[in-house]
Amino acid sequence: MSEQPLFKVTIDNITIEVPAGTTILNAARKIGGEIAPPAMCYYSKLEGSGGKCRTCLVEVSKGSEKDPRPMPKLVASCRTTVMDGMEVKNITSEKVVDARNGIVEFLLLNHPLDCPVCDQAGECHLQDLSYNHGKAGTRYEFQRRTFKKHDLGEHIQLHMTRCILCYRCVFTADQLTQKREHGVLDRGDHAEIATFIEKNLDNEFIGNVIDVCPVGALTDKTFRFKNRVWFLKPMNAHRNCPTCSGKVTLWNRGDEVYRVTARKDQWGEVEEWICNTCRFDTKNASEWVIEGPREIDRHSVISQGHYAGNIGTNKPTETFAAVNDGRQPQLLMDIHSVSDVNKPGNTLNKLNGPAHSNNFNNNHD
Amino acid sequence: MGVKLLLEKAHVEGIRTFAVYRKEGGYKSVEKAIKQMGPEAIVEEVKKSGLRGRGGAGFPAGMKWSFIAKPEGVPRHLVCNADESEPGTFKDRYLMENIPHLLIEGLIISSFALGSNDTYIYIRGEYAWIVDILETAIEEAKANGYLGKNILGSGFDCNIHVQRGAGAYICGEETALIESLEGKRGNPRIKPPFPAIQGLWQRPTVVNNVETLAAVVPIINMGGDEYAKIGVGRSTGTKLISACGNIQKPGVYEIDMTISVEEFIYSDEYCGGIANGKRLKACIPGGSSVPILPANLLLKTAKGETRYMNYESLSDGGFATGSMMGSGGFIVLDEDQCIVKNTYTLARFYRHESCGQCSPCREGTGWMEKILNKIEIGKGRKSDIDLLWDIQRKIEGNTICPLGDAAAWPVAAAIRHFRDEFEWHVLNPDQAQKRNFGLAHYAEPIYVPAS
Amino acid sequence: MSQFSETQMTEFKRLVSRYPEGKQKSALLPVLHLAQNSFGGWLSQETLDYVAELLNITPIEVYEVATFYSMYNLKPVGQYLFEVCQTGPCMISGSDNIIQYIQEKLGIKPGETTKDGLFTLKTVECLGACGYAPMMQMGKTYREHLTKDKVDAIILECRSNAAANN
Repeated sequence: MSEQPLFKVTIDNITIEVPAGTTILNAARKIGGEIAPPAMCYYSKLEGSGGKCRTCLVEVSKGSEKDPRPMPKLVASCRTTVMDGMEVKNITSEKVVDARNGIVEFLLLNHPLDCPVCDQAGECHLQDLSYNHGKAGTRYEFQRRTFKKHDLGEHIQLHMTRCILCYRCVFTADQLTQKREHGVLDRGDHAEIATFIEKNLDNEFIGNVIDVCPVGALTDKTFRFKNRVWFLKPMNAHRNCPTCSGKVTLWNRGDEVYRVTARKDQWGEVEEWICNTCRFDTKNASEWVIEGPREIDRHSVISQGHYAGNIGTNKPTETFAAVNDGRQPQLLMDIHSVSDVNKPGNTLNKLNGPAHSNNFNNNHD
Repeated sequence: MGVKLLLEKAHVEGIRTFAVYRKEGGYKSVEKAIKQMGPEAIVEEVKKSGLRGRGGAGFPAGMKWSFIAKPEGVPRHLVCNADESEPGTFKDRYLMENIPHLLIEGLIISSFALGSNDTYIYIRGEYAWIVDILETAIEEAKANGYLGKNILGSGFDCNIHVQRGAGAYICGEETALIESLEGKRGNPRIKPPFPAIQGLWQRPTVVNNVETLAAVVPIINMGGDEYAKIGVGRSTGTKLISACGNIQKPGVYEIDMTISVEEFIYSDEYCGGIANGKRLKACIPGGSSVPILPANLLLKTAKGETRYMNYESLSDGGFATGSMMGSGGFIVLDEDQCIVKNTYTLARFYRHESCGQCSPCREGTGWMEKILNKIEIGKGRKSDIDLLWDIQRKIEGNTICPLGDAAAWPVAAAIRHFRDEFEWHVLNPDQAQKRNFGLAHYAEPIYVPAS
Repeated sequence: MSQFSETQMTEFKRLVSRYPEGKQKSALLPVLHLAQNSFGGWLSQETLDYVAELLNITPIEVYEVATFYSMYNLKPVGQYLFEVCQTGPCMISGSDNIIQYIQEKLGIKPGETTKDGLFTLKTVECLGACGYAPMMQMGKTYREHLTKDKVDAIILECRSNAAANN
């Protein structure tokens, strides 16, 4: 691996070196932040995934050093590998921003507006995506698509109306289980995730389809309607599991374990797959060794009322200097030149009573 | 009378049988190709001929062949795309029905050139009776030593198998076709890798249209240079055009790409003019997905020059004022036809045929169909026309395969050239239910400012 | 449960033999056609499972394919299936009138089957007979240049064929 040549790629004017064979998306993820295109169907741990949702489209303004011609169409960054000297525009391309807005509109076209009753709310990638790229209101005036209900057994709830057909759950079943029992049936705008004949999904690892689902199409029946994710405290925990790694995130309220999921990284991807027993049947806090609070992105609604990260004594790691290559913010105006409040010399706790405007007038002589 | 290379013998009595076909000079090219030439020489001739893919995209066939990877010990495959499903196109069917041995002959040479020992014809499921015709032709060719083991003592083995599809337009896209041939849903693959590197069963594969492969026969017989002399510019050889719609004589015609569009529509040798004494309103010259043109822009380019039936001339002016040769499905609309309704049925077609894999096509095609239907039944608004324009713009170029473009272009072109008719539908909903907008100014001569 | 007869089995083996070792899944589309023809013009779930077993693939792989392609009937259909094209070129040649006429004549809407189980009407998208429009597919053949008289004749022909076979 180490002998692979390094390719230089410039994404939104930031240049990095990545091994040959890296996709544009993964190169952009190395840079991080907004430079990383959103991905609704690509999943780095599922072979063959990606290319379908089209949210990660980027513009290749220079093909490579050898062949600098730009690519004629926007390309799916999750399935396009970098070339040496390639230049890519993501958020700096008007075309990309325009196309992405269109894709978000298409994805939301038939998506129900049932976030208030959807268990995925708060950790839904489509919610995040539409918050970042979508518009309030829709131009779609027709009845939204509905599907016949299917029962997938006691653990997994399927809401087909919410599905965006990312195929992740199909890849998961293919790659984690011996025999896939659900798949994509029918075609076009009526394609659906189903089993064809009513069937319980009961493979030991099939519960992972819940974690890979970017929307609320596949949810955990043992957690259904029990609580909202942002009221729960996620904790890293593990146990000695004979089937899987046993490394999970517990979602607690008080001492009660409401749900168990795999641990997810900053891109929302599962770190290690977990088994159904850990996920659905091990909900006693005493069965777990608690490691500590789970780090959650501080922009996520889940970090509200959460005690790791920005709340409490920890300083946020993302200081201005850290995200700006060490550059400090420029002082545009010294606030103290116009206001006496909070002047370094004023120590409020030295005042005897409540602070009063008179307390600050003294310095103005 | 233009040159005929493919259909010249198509109406000879009994040409479907090996005996008659052979007597008429059939399978000569196989002997020439295998005994006198070699695989490289064949590819070279096809390159020299300038033959462009006849399925719709018009990619040079020789170049496509030269891309095929040749890793040691990995079988390669040639696949014949007979999944003819583009509305307006029925030329491959005509060729296979009437002169099946021509395709088989072309397939043998092409298989030899590409090193394909197992070649597949993927034919649309509805053409069920043609499967029998082709299988009979294959059996005959085999019985006469042109297929099977050690063809003509060359040591080259080749078998041709006919695989029936089952009703899916998308399988005309080459990677969807390969998926379907592997027994899967016809979801186009994400490229790269291209089929020439990893195609059928991950093996190097070339997929060519029926007409393209049939055209290899005259190319080998007459030589690539001679073939390239027919036609004009980069439009070499002959092209099958399937003409339909409101014309006197619908059918399949072989043209040599030097005739004008006007001659094609009005001469008795071809379409014989518009049916029932009506006047020409519009035409979709290359299968339903290419831009529709109003009569004036069809017969003359925007520069006021005569438009010809070839790749360059039909696309003169780009999408703003031109169209495309496409698959050669020539759909003619007379003055009584409604552009809105026509566009609606095409949008319905593309919605029905979208595989559903990627979001712009899955959601966008259905949305366009619904809006077009709304306008057609007299419930549209003027803003719907702009909305349609915006939707097609967001589908085009953003999908996995060209079906998204194919669905977007007809809508875009209809609005571009016939916006007044859409607006008339919106403003006169009652009228629009009873009569059509008619010819308006679509057939008037185009004003060309002196430059 | 129905199984392939000996001749059908021979055909099945011929279909599978066209693909390399281990690629027998490639035969799925033709085998489904064979099954549909053999078992009453439609594919029941039992039939799909049977095909999966024959090809040694999982049932879901068969379900995915059977539901994708429009030619596979997943519900019983009448003895005669009228599939009338309604796309652009057929539409401008008057397919709407033909569909309307068949509906009146048989008293069914697209997607329905007559009470006697003889006829099913389906509207379909382009079948590649645009020059011979309006047209419909009936079984293995195309009926082209349709007129009301021709439709009458076809219906009569079907009725008398059905009577003769009973």
